[in-house]
Amino acid sequence: MAETILELKDMRVRFSTLDGAVDAVKGVGLHVKAGETVAIVGESGSGKSQLMMATMGLLASNGQAAGVASYRGTNLVGLPKAELNTIRGRKITMIFQEPMTSLDPLYTIGDQLMEPIMHHQKLGAGAARSRAIEMLKLVHIPEAGRRMGSYPYEMSGGQRQRVMIAMALANDPDLLIADEPTTALDVTIQAEILELMAGLQQRLGMGMVFITHDLNIVKRIAHRVYVMRYGEVVEEGETAALFAHPRHPYTRALLEAEPTGRKAPPPATAPRILDGTGVTVSFKIGGGFLSGPPIVLKAVDRVSVSLRQGQTIGVVGESGSGKSTLARALLRLLPSEGAIRFDGRDIARLDKEAMRPLRKELQIVLQDPFGSLSPRMTAGQIVTEGLLVHEPSISRRDRDLRAARAFEEVQLDPLLRNRYPHEFSGGQRQRIAIARAIILKPKVVVLDEPTSALDRQVQKQIIELLRDLQSANNLSYLFISHDLAVVRAMADHIMVMKNGVVVEQGSPDDVMDHPQDPYTQRLMKAAFVNTANG
Amino acid sequence: MLRYILKRFLTAVPTLFVIVTISFFLMRVAPGGPFNQEKGLNPVIKANLERVYHLDQPLWKQYLLYLWNLLHGDFGPSYNLPDFTVAELFAQGLPVSMQLGGSALVLALLIGGCLGIIAALYQNHTADYAVIATATAGSTIPTFVIAPLFQLFFALTLKWFPVGGWGDGAFINKVGPVLTLMLPQLAVVARLMRGSMIESLRSHHIRTARALGLSDYAIIIRHALRGALLPIISYGGPAAAALVTGSIIVETIFSIPGVGRYFVEAALNRDYTLVMGTVVVIAIFTILFNLIVDVLYAVVDPRVRYD
Repeated sequence: MAETILELKDMRVRFSTLDGAVDAVKGVGLHVKAGETVAIVGESGSGKSQLMMATMGLLASNGQAAGVASYRGTNLVGLPKAELNTIRGRKITMIFQEPMTSLDPLYTIGDQLMEPIMHHQKLGAGAARSRAIEMLKLVHIPEAGRRMGSYPYEMSGGQRQRVMIAMALANDPDLLIADEPTTALDVTIQAEILELMAGLQQRLGMGMVFITHDLNIVKRIAHRVYVMRYGEVVEEGETAALFAHPRHPYTRALLEAEPTGRKAPPPATAPRILDGTGVTVSFKIGGGFLSGPPIVLKAVDRVSVSLRQGQTIGVVGESGSGKSTLARALLRLLPSEGAIRFDGRDIARLDKEAMRPLRKELQIVLQDPFGSLSPRMTAGQIVTEGLLVHEPSISRRDRDLRAARAFEEVQLDPLLRNRYPHEFSGGQRQRIAIARAIILKPKVVVLDEPTSALDRQVQKQIIELLRDLQSANNLSYLFISHDLAVVRAMADHIMVMKNGVVVEQGSPDDVMDHPQDPYTQRLMKAAFVNTANG
Repeated sequence: MLRYILKRFLTAVPTLFVIVTISFFLMRVAPGGPFNQEKGLNPVIKANLERVYHLDQPLWKQYLLYLWNLLHGDFGPSYNLPDFTVAELFAQGLPVSMQLGGSALVLALLIGGCLGIIAALYQNHTADYAVIATATAGSTIPTFVIAPLFQLFFALTLKWFPVGGWGDGAFINKVGPVLTLMLPQLAVVARLMRGSMIESLRSHHIRTARALGLSDYAIIIRHALRGALLPIISYGGPAAAALVTGSIIVETIFSIPGVGRYFVEAALNRDYTLVMGTVVVIAIFTILFNLIVDVLYAVVDPRVRYD
């Protein structure tokens, strides 16, 4: 039996806020054995991150930890900083969700890698440098020696997360705490990082705490699982047993929140509503005074789309593949080349004025439910703003009535319409964004990652809402997502994009179960290897 | 980088040209002239004077002449201080103003910067409140109040420092003016530094540094401070340009023979050449310090490296 390296007993975290004390963690106990991977699962706000931040002494200044976090007999809670710093970074390390910002932008990755090595192992610069290069090779960074001189901004998100892992492992820790380390990454990168972490964990024999909201990852990587909700552990157990026989209703709800169902394609007689032929969007980079000619970058390269009434086309691909750009070009929100026909009319060359009456029929819902609603308008004003443009004649009273009806349609309490966006949760905000689109009775709605920022359970509700709205109003959706499980549940036709071109398209079953293109194969393997009860 | 600096110097030439042109004509739009005095000058003398200074020529000819002379480094004679050329006035006054302004700037950056860092580290504690109070006082009490108060207490009552005068640049004469110039700048720097340091300390890479068990020194100085310096640098450029070209209030109150008073006095007296000279000097300093800001930016932040 492996020895226990970390044991938390009755851990509590309290934040003092302007609204009084908030208990984020309410008496949690857990333990990690050497060489074991333990997952902490829960939705945002469950306290799973704060629990580990408290263990590491990384709480924000208004946070207070209590309880016992014992690392091989030393209680980390309340330990003087000098002593704590002989353990953290040396014996226990932590990596975080935000690979883009977790490295210092002002120093080379070589400097940043060498710093903790020199600090903890008291090595000279030369020895630290060779250790750093060794670590970069371990996390599969190509040309490790040359990359030592790179700055974080010169690297992709996946590479930065690899560097973070290298930094965390450079001092041979006993325990690695990983807080949603792959959430911000594309699926294929996510799979690579998970594989890397699992491999390193076995090779180096360290314990690992993996904080995540993604059950697929838990299934794939963890030996044991703790399920957290409202600052408490509601269930714990061996991964296989817990997934097979969840006891707590919340665990069951989490497991059932996986998107399910299939969408039937529209009848063959359904008219084509939005048609793009050879759509190309190019951007110019650089150029100007004394700088030479600009570089032309084709974000979307001769893509053709045909969306029929009642149809949902799922557009999948990694960030930078051009999927959002394509959708914006089809809505004439970006200048493009190629033909675009909407409802039998060529709209590719229409000017702003001529486009305006069509705008109400071509709507868009964006990913970020926090950034896409004006914080200074009430939810009702936000939802009815489009009516001011498209139906200026209706009275204020009627507009308010329409807002109330739209709120009902997206299953929000109409009484909430006088509140401001910050008073709503992420899921509610996304409902407001959807209400803002459908109040204009559109024919086509572009859904640009509408569920990506939401927890699985909320995601499921939004998907059901979108489906209901579609069948009630015979809407056509262009559904952009990197989440293949969601796309499979929503779309009846799938387009896979990479570097601005469509590499494969077809019915969800064909594309997902029998991918032809090597890139699609990689994408599907990365995403679905998890769901195959692995 | 060198290429970038060269490019910036080249673009400074048209900028200066535009500034000179606009100022030249704006100055002439203002009613009156250098020899319109209350008593009224003998018309013959006035005409003679205007002929000597080419003021009788058409405006465009005067403009071209001014440009031509400027290209040869000749700022012309001062109309109201006829014993001196504009260049001589600046040669005497500018070093004085630059010494005072430069010292005030360096002290404001050092002391204000340190106060800001301390306030950020002890956010919402006594030290923080003390710094905020000092900064608020420093930026709300005007120079024309601070300077006489200094004279009253430290010069007249305690007799530690002279009330005014340059004293050929004796250290003791500089204390009052430098302190007075420094205080408002120090207040701004401390506030800026506190804000940007707090933001910097909250960033994700600081959390990473903590998780890696680095020392407080490494976290605060190496990682947090460097990023927090950027707003200070942006502020420092224009502030430096303003400080080294002198302050009319401080130089008048402490009787300092700097260049700060020239701009206002010359403008009131329609001393065209002296106004133009001041404009050119201020413009050159502004362009120069903005260039220094951009270079420092690139030094601190690798993402801003040019070309």
